[in-house]
Amino acid sequence: MESTSIFFTSFKTTDLWFLAEAAYRTLLISGISISLGTALGLIFGWLLHEGRLISTFILSPFLDIFRSVPLIIQLVLAYNFAPIIGLNIDPFGSGAIVLTIYTTALVANVVRGGIDAVGIPMRRAARSLGMTYWQDMIYVVSPIGIRAVFPAWVGVALGVMKDSALVSVLGYVELLRASQILITRTQEPFLILALAGAFYFALSFPIARFSERLEKRWSQ
Amino acid sequence: MIEIRALHKYFDDVHVLRGIDLDVNKGEVLSIIGASGSGKSTLLYCINALEGIDEGRITVDGVEVHAKSTDINKLRQKLGMVFQQWNSFPHLTALENVALSPRIVRKMSRSDARELAARRLEHIGLGDKLNSYPNALSGGQQQRLAIARALAMEPSYMLFDETTSALDPELVGEVLDAMRLLAEEGMTMICVTHEMGFARDVSDRVAYIHDGTIEEIGTPEQIFGNPESERTSRFLANVR
Repeated sequence: MESTSIFFTSFKTTDLWFLAEAAYRTLLISGISISLGTALGLIFGWLLHEGRLISTFILSPFLDIFRSVPLIIQLVLAYNFAPIIGLNIDPFGSGAIVLTIYTTALVANVVRGGIDAVGIPMRRAARSLGMTYWQDMIYVVSPIGIRAVFPAWVGVALGVMKDSALVSVLGYVELLRASQILITRTQEPFLILALAGAFYFALSFPIARFSERLEKRWSQ
Repeated sequence: MIEIRALHKYFDDVHVLRGIDLDVNKGEVLSIIGASGSGKSTLLYCINALEGIDEGRITVDGVEVHAKSTDINKLRQKLGMVFQQWNSFPHLTALENVALSPRIVRKMSRSDARELAARRLEHIGLGDKLNSYPNALSGGQQQRLAIARALAMEPSYMLFDETTSALDPELVGEVLDAMRLLAEEGMTMICVTHEMGFARDVSDRVAYIHDGTIEEIGTPEQIFGNPESERTSRFLANVR
């Protein structure tokens, strides 16, 4: 029939560009969220470690909420809540904000673990040499703590990159959303999902390999 | 000179130090002995303010350690400390371990700090380990590294907190030798120790701490040969 050919057309090489462009958007939204979330996570993780009243009674439960509620619910809630309080944020903006907060909550706990891993005797040794609190933090706690929890951080980063697929529910055309569009048009789910998977793999693999090499160098 | 007056310290409800009065003179080697939990390590930690105090006063060369106006980071440079756990910085080589604080705290240039560190390590018999990471060193070597690291700040006093207690028996000797060497060079030392041989041979004075107070203090000959206190002689009979 004539009309069906208008809706369903086969996979073309230009579609690969469409997917590559979508992969770039996945990279963009996860890159921004991971960077900002890590920066904020460092601050909040330090606050969690210092264990003042604010962090035990306010920060910790607050971060727990974002760690515990499924990301897809957070995304839909945030996207629909924004207009109610008069904010006009596009899918990318709401997606990036939610992913950043989510990453912050995860990274904060990783950072707290890293600082805790250094241990009081080591820190006393550093302070006994005349180092200030911040010199101890920068020259002793950071390098030791980072080595201890770097694999956990890489796990968070890779997880957030894959979880960014959920932003598709808001209509942001990243890899998963682009694949769905192509599947609808071509009716070739296997091919396209395999391609989308390959793109996700191509984004994750360098990070995983890089961290592996870094860990190997540190373990010497 | 270190002066300790009427020092009291609590851990929550536990009264760990119950009125310590003690003077440590320049050039003196003082050993502190006593049972575990008697407060002797806590006393050491109070001297360089790694622990706060509740009553009393500690002064180092006339500077009150626990006064709010005291720049404690500056004062700690005078007070080298070596711990039971050697606490080598695992991400740095032996040389970098020693050079770090001269560089960042004393603001020495990188090359000067490394030169100083190399000298310190050679002096303590680790000249062939400059570029080794701590995990490639034995416990005894790491403890000597810790001594070199503390000495690189050119302190006036050295505090030793049971420096050989965590070591395998065959490694104790090399660390005690390093401490002996330091004593011979005239360093002022306060050594919390379970090594009675070291306390007897190297110290100018020995203090026996019991239950947060100095039960008896005197020359090694007096403490080990003819203790006045019943408790001291009972303690010594048990550790021998």
